[in-house]
Amino acid sequence: MGNVVVDVMLKSEILDPQGQAVAFALPRLGFNQFTDVRQGKRFVLTVEGEVSDEVLAAAREAAETMLSNPVIENVVSVRAGLDETGPQA
Amino acid sequence: MRIGVVTFPGSLDDHDARRAVRIAGGEPVSLWHGDDSLRDVDAVVLPGGFSYGDYLRAGAIARFAPVMSALIPAAKGGLPVLGICNGFQILCESHLLPGAMIQNDHRTFICRDQRLTVENATTAWTSDFGQGDEITIVLKNQDGQYVADQNTLDELESEGRVAFRYVVEDGGRNPNGSYRDIAGITNERGNVVGLMPHPEHAIEEGYGPSLDGLKFFTSVLTSVVSA
Repeated sequence: MGNVVVDVMLKSEILDPQGQAVAFALPRLGFNQFTDVRQGKRFVLTVEGEVSDEVLAAAREAAETMLSNPVIENVVSVRAGLDETGPQA
Repeated sequence: MRIGVVTFPGSLDDHDARRAVRIAGGEPVSLWHGDDSLRDVDAVVLPGGFSYGDYLRAGAIARFAPVMSALIPAAKGGLPVLGICNGFQILCESHLLPGAMIQNDHRTFICRDQRLTVENATTAWTSDFGQGDEITIVLKNQDGQYVADQNTLDELESEGRVAFRYVVEDGGRNPNGSYRDIAGITNERGNVVGLMPHPEHAIEEGYGPSLDGLKFFTSVLTSVVSA
């Protein structure tokens, strides 16, 4: 069993209300050094067997068509690999 | 005149939309997200709600429902389609309308009577209004902030495709951070219209802030007859 990890972030010019909420709350815990917070999404796609080039290509297509909206988001990476938060191979 | 109203898992306002169609004088037709047929309707309403729980992004999963594979080419061919709230989000995710909806800039759900200006009274869903009319209908959403890049916004403005704008008091701000106070837009042809506020909740005496919503539905009846 293999995994493909897809990371999606809002484009920099799009306001990120969730990230802002986190940014406003951090100083209450004494974290004053962070001037901005952007929050993204991680998808872990699991396949039977190895992560082949075909699997990666399909994951890239899924990332561009459904997992992200190109109007507001960028797919920042699509890679084979384990994700500590996802199902383990 | 048969006006279809699509029900997705998580749609909330499909009943009110069908009621609005009926009160305006049309025949409401229930359409199901899992069907790939539009049942020969003359126009379609994508209602408000939280289709598929708004998971991933609002409207993102509904956009790939079987009914959309019939609706998208029909809309491109001129079928009148109105997307209200979640329906507007679905139209943006489908790229039938440009731009996207993200969370309100103040991060809270909003529910209030909202004044709007009708900026384009020539679309299939706004022809019973006068240009510049001010109307009051209900606004209720979490992800109501309309965003698009500057080029798209300029294009919408120059082509008269901003259909509705939020009325903002001097020194005030619009209810959700929408760019250029945009509450609703239309496609080039004027058959596809999406807006965040809810006309279907303002059609009947005693309910809602006005009867302004009714004209959306009477407009499309007129436009279908004349088409």
